Amino acid sequence: MNYLTLFRALAPEVILLLAAFVALTFDLLLQHSHELQQRMRIAGVFAIVGLLGAIVLLIQQAPVTLLGGTLVVNQLTVIFKIVVVALTVLTVIISIEYPVGRHVGEYFATVLFGAIGMMLLVSAEELITVFVALELTSLSLYILTAFHKGALRSQEAAVKYFMFGAISSAFLLFGMSYLYGVTGSTNLREIAVAIQATGSTPLLVVALLFILVGFGFKVAVVPFHLWAPDAYEGAPTPVTAFIATGSKVASFFVLTKFVMLSFAGMPGSAFWKHLTPGWTMLLALMAVASMVLGNLAAIVQHNVKRMLAYSSIAHAGYIFVGLLAASVTGATSVFFYVIVYALTNLGAFGVVTALSERVGGDDLEHFDGMAKRAPFLSLLMLIFILSLAGVPPLGGFFGKFYLFMAAVERDSVNFGLLWLVIIGIAMSAVSLYYYLILLKHMYVHKARNEERLKTPVYLNLTLAAVAIAVIYLGLNPQPLLALLKNFVAQL
Amino acid sequence: MRADWSIYISFIGAGLVMLLPRNAKNLIRWTALLTGVAALTVALTGYLAYNSWIKTGNAGLWQVINLPWIPLLGSNYHLAVDGINYPLVVLNGFVCVTGILFSWNIEERVKEFFAFFLTLIAAVYGVFMAMDLFLLFVFYELAIIPKYFIIAIWGSTRKEYGAMKLVLYSFIGSALVFIGVLAAYFAAGGITFDILELSKYPIAGHIQVWVFPLIFVGFGVLAGMWPFHTWAPTGHVAAPTAASMLLAGVVMKLGAYGCLRAAMLLFPAGFEYWRWIIAWMAVIAIVYGAAVALVQKDFKFIIGYSSVSHMGFVILGLATLNVTGMSGAILQMFSHGVVASLLFAVVGRMIYDRTHTRQLDELGGLRKALPFAFWTFLIGGTASMGLPGFSGFVAEIQVLIGAFQMSPWLAAGAAISIAITAAYILLALHKVFFAEEEHVTGDGHGHGEVVGESRWNLPGITCPEVVASVILMALLVIVGLYPSIMLDMIKANVALFPGVAR
Amino acid sequence: MNWLATNHILTAITIAPLVGAVGVLCVRKEAAKFIALLASAVSLLLTLKVWLAFDSAQTLMFEERWSWIRALNVDYRLGVDGLSVTMVLLTAIITPLALLAHWKQEKDVKLFFFLFLLLQSGMFGVFTALNFLHWFIFWELGLIPMYFLIKIWGAEERTYASFKFFIYTLAGSVAMLVAFGCLYLATGTFDFLELRQLASTGKLAGLVGNLITGINTQTGLHLTGVGMMTVLFWGTFLGFAIKVPIWPFHTWLPDAHTQAPTGGSMVLAAILLKMGVYGFLRIILPLYAVQVAANLNVLMFLAFASIVFGAFAALAQTDFKRLVAYSSVNHMGYAMLGIFTVVAGAHNVADVMNEKAAALNGAMLQMFNHGISAAALFFMVGVIYERTHTRNLAEYGGLRKIMPIYAGILGISMFSSLGLPGLNGFVGEFLIFKGAFPIVAGWTIAATIGLVVTGVFLLGMMQKVCFGPLNLKWTDLPDMTAREIFIGAVLMLFMFGIGIYPAFLTRVSNDAVVGLIKTVTGVLP
Repeated sequence: MNYLTLFRALAPEVILLLAAFVALTFDLLLQHSHELQQRMRIAGVFAIVGLLGAIVLLIQQAPVTLLGGTLVVNQLTVIFKIVVVALTVLTVIISIEYPVGRHVGEYFATVLFGAIGMMLLVSAEELITVFVALELTSLSLYILTAFHKGALRSQEAAVKYFMFGAISSAFLLFGMSYLYGVTGSTNLREIAVAIQATGSTPLLVVALLFILVGFGFKVAVVPFHLWAPDAYEGAPTPVTAFIATGSKVASFFVLTKFVMLSFAGMPGSAFWKHLTPGWTMLLALMAVASMVLGNLAAIVQHNVKRMLAYSSIAHAGYIFVGLLAASVTGATSVFFYVIVYALTNLGAFGVVTALSERVGGDDLEHFDGMAKRAPFLSLLMLIFILSLAGVPPLGGFFGKFYLFMAAVERDSVNFGLLWLVIIGIAMSAVSLYYYLILLKHMYVHKARNEERLKTPVYLNLTLAAVAIAVIYLGLNPQPLLALLKNFVAQL
Repeated sequence: MRADWSIYISFIGAGLVMLLPRNAKNLIRWTALLTGVAALTVALTGYLAYNSWIKTGNAGLWQVINLPWIPLLGSNYHLAVDGINYPLVVLNGFVCVTGILFSWNIEERVKEFFAFFLTLIAAVYGVFMAMDLFLLFVFYELAIIPKYFIIAIWGSTRKEYGAMKLVLYSFIGSALVFIGVLAAYFAAGGITFDILELSKYPIAGHIQVWVFPLIFVGFGVLAGMWPFHTWAPTGHVAAPTAASMLLAGVVMKLGAYGCLRAAMLLFPAGFEYWRWIIAWMAVIAIVYGAAVALVQKDFKFIIGYSSVSHMGFVILGLATLNVTGMSGAILQMFSHGVVASLLFAVVGRMIYDRTHTRQLDELGGLRKALPFAFWTFLIGGTASMGLPGFSGFVAEIQVLIGAFQMSPWLAAGAAISIAITAAYILLALHKVFFAEEEHVTGDGHGHGEVVGESRWNLPGITCPEVVASVILMALLVIVGLYPSIMLDMIKANVALFPGVAR
Repeated sequence: MNWLATNHILTAITIAPLVGAVGVLCVRKEAAKFIALLASAVSLLLTLKVWLAFDSAQTLMFEERWSWIRALNVDYRLGVDGLSVTMVLLTAIITPLALLAHWKQEKDVKLFFFLFLLLQSGMFGVFTALNFLHWFIFWELGLIPMYFLIKIWGAEERTYASFKFFIYTLAGSVAMLVAFGCLYLATGTFDFLELRQLASTGKLAGLVGNLITGINTQTGLHLTGVGMMTVLFWGTFLGFAIKVPIWPFHTWLPDAHTQAPTGGSMVLAAILLKMGVYGFLRIILPLYAVQVAANLNVLMFLAFASIVFGAFAALAQTDFKRLVAYSSVNHMGYAMLGIFTVVAGAHNVADVMNEKAAALNGAMLQMFNHGISAAALFFMVGVIYERTHTRNLAEYGGLRKIMPIYAGILGISMFSSLGLPGLNGFVGEFLIFKGAFPIVAGWTIAATIGLVVTGVFLLGMMQKVCFGPLNLKWTDLPDMTAREIFIGAVLMLFMFGIGIYPAFLTRVSNDAVVGLIKTVTGVLP
């Protein structure tokens, strides 16, 4: 290994780092001479340029494994890094109009740091790196959550998020230390070999448990979800979008690595009538709890962001169903779903960002009659929300279909996992209810104020592009699906 | 032009309507109408071509298009037509055109209305033609959402409740279908979603027994199958006229069609296992729907429940699994589609939009005020009763004969409803169109003009309404008097259905 | 006109009123009645052509047949034989008269004549159709116009009466429909004559038996083929019995008659009831002879009950029109008696066969005669009601003095209905009793009670209306107008004509009657 190889492998991250510093510096220089709005634009543009540059570099990257798995570059990680970067681009774009306060440079720099953390997370196959990347991501997000400096809600959310996040990190670290103790390695692949050899031991179970708890917090599944609604509601909306999408994509990716790579050898079954302890059963229980609780709790929410928070808890539950299928199809379905889900959610939060700032709030009532006030964004919201609800021909539908399909396929003789699928489908029928409530406010209810809302064209176009992507992934999922399926073996 | 152009034309029409300026209402209406007519023309020309092909003694599917779609799943973009779905495709076209005509008076958010309407129409075309289970499911679910908005925005009488109930029922139904589809797919090896391929695969009996009811009930929910019918009356009542027409006229058929094409075709053993229960549930629906219609106070509820009753005939006909019964069921789908559209148009558009009430006690004496509505209702009602000369008769008699072949008790049970149907139609006819003439004493000879001033001062029936009503009535009579135009192709194809008895 | 003469004349007869009906809708209010009359006159002329050309030696005349609904093996098949041609004639005669009775119609004129012509078309269709599906269309086509004739132009209780009429008839029709559905399943045809052919060779029961065994294995329905035939028979019977009406299915009739407008009552009594009786001749007897024979006593009792209870009920009426209505129940009872006689007694003795022919010919005559006399009586009720606006018999009296022509025509109609020798009613009833007595003596004797009571109530009616002291309210009532006299005269022409020369009808129907009896008795043990 030489440093040039290392640099090549890290080039995308590095360029983001540069972009972050440039944004920071320029903003400091412009601080007194320019309007806040202009500063936002300039810093945003720097960030976007950096991100686009990262994408260009990512596309050209050659597969390599460095430092004993500390840094792995292959097609799969590249795809996910691109996804993370793309989500960051979108986050930056929806942030530009958003009043994040005076610290413009810091804001965009922190977003980029977060993105770097996520990218490292995606490419890490080693416990320490995973932890460090996760912390980098989380710390950036804690800071971003608190960016509404004047708003109490934002501060509360940040503190809550931080407390929960810190504890979960502790759990994770604890679990990792046991794992290392039992297997004698920090490399995920070597751990897998060790577990295959030893089988399940009590200590290993403890390690597994703690790691799952740690990740459970990060991806917000029941019962480790409590921070999510408050953080989602309190954080500035673009940040919420970033938490709900970018960090989820990275966390799920690394979680998939853990369960499907390292713990694959552990016994356990989630099959109906054959439930035996193990990670699949744990995941199954968490999946059920998330799907049920997330969807039911979402019904009673009055705040759109809160509602979307609960919905994302429920979606984490769906993803778990695919995860515990523990098969090639399962992993493919998880990856596909995560991508579609992230795109859709980012679009939805983008619309919420754009609209809530103009109507002065993000409660359901604020969206009354939106179809008349902002027909185009309402139409986009319709698409995003229906995709979340899993209505064809949108990406969310196909993603969900494929997740459940993977679960059924796992035991297609006795349909051992069908019970999970049934719960999942039943709950997604429930979810349609609250999604429709939101759409009802937008399309059916009369607005108190019929004035048209003006939104910047670039924002509309960006969100439209996301919507088109969501539709495209629903109408023609084959290309992405085939791509993912081909590369899943690299896991 | 290929038959699938009906789908694309409707989608394109929906898109066009979205692009038009909000205030150009007439332009929007005409665009929608032309779209509907164009789609219908495509469907109709294909229908006639297929019919003449059938006349030369052929039968079977006409492939429309078959392209790989998601090869990873084994799902193809496969559309095809035959004598079973072509009548329904044509029905959809007619209901679309007449529905647009009956919606001519919508003033609020015209653009969105027609956009949703045409999307729904397109999806329905898609369901009827899809020969790939996954594709069918996609179109089927796509049809659910526009209904919600059409009802919730332009409806009346607890519209938001009705809309939500309808959508949730549909969605739960489709959830059942979803589970069934997955199970079928894997039970048949997990290679293909193509219905025809799947149907060749012998799925193990014990799986069929539990998967069949999932799919059948899932689709049956939308077909208004008792006891999952409760969405239907509330949904119909809440919906605006065109949507009621479409719901009762076409969407309920989606369910029945799904039962036939997906559940019955793929799971013959499961169907055999559940057949009797389904048949009896259908008979209960037939009688129950009619009996409940008899005691309704709201005009539209009468028609709503009558739809439950009539769809019972469809389910019963399917359950008979013999050529006569199933042909009757398919013809009944067409016939009821037309009848229900016509009746809902009378109730919703001609009467409610003018009087702003549907309560039987508040209406009355409309025969003089709205003679055209009277005649339309009379013809629709007569057809609904299953009196000969209208399409409903040919359909119902075949279902009865088919049911008789299964068990005379079924036929007897179903036959009772015909008298009840006559009773509620006549009662409604009396209360709505007569009733107020009551105080004027007749002299037993019809001599002496003694009709008082009508309390109604209503705007006259408009041209679009007349055109649309005439189209629908003509369909009833044409198919009623010359059923061969439809029955030949239905029968030829039903006879090909696997396991069907002579 | 060759087109008409050869093989489309029956279609033309049926279509003419339909064309007229459409025409009525297209013209001005004042012209409607002329169009209507013209249309029914065309039908009448064409019917006369048929009547004159009719050759009783041929089994089926003016047959038309072409494939209609291939999927159900249904042909469009029309034709007349001796059983139906008299009914076609009756329809053609009565309808224009009923139209004339409403010449002064003012309320909803166009609608009225439209419905009337629709009704006429339905009746022609019923009497000429030879395929169940096709026949059933016309059978039900009569329902809607009659419903509205009562509903719109009826008297006080018209809503109730029309509803009852409709539901009763429809319920009966449904039972019949299901029965025919079963026959179709067993035989694969809806054709009356083909079914009759199957029945006469004894194959029908076998086919139904095969069908029911097939069903039995699937459902555990415990019926034999024979049992099923009985069920089918009763189903079909119900359909016709309600229409005839036979006691105890008659309760719709007094209401419907009383509430209907004059013309409606005339047509209802004269023709619609005959549709039921015709059904017995065309369908029940040929197809279910064995079942009729097996249930002979029950059926005889029903006929007897119709005769006697109908008569007694008429006796108790105070309402003029209701009285006439019950007399219809009574008179139809006689016809049923004659019809049921056919299956009783020995089947190979020539004398007995002759008596059966007499009874059935009597029933045929009775149908026609009742058509004439009931139409006349209802018309007369209408005439007086129009003037007095009451139907209460107690309020009349002594009308002979001020309305001599009316009293005269009413008297003759009354005697015609009563069965006075020399008038038409006598011949029919005489033949029925003459034929029935040697075969089913007990029931025939019992039925004579009805004859007596019939006399009592009819004479009582005459007495209450025309004799006794004149109610002073009515002193300046005008007598019948020329139009009304014309209607009465036409009807009287037939009363006298048939009374004097009954062969006018019997020569037409006899061959068909004998043929029918042969078919029926052929399958009896």
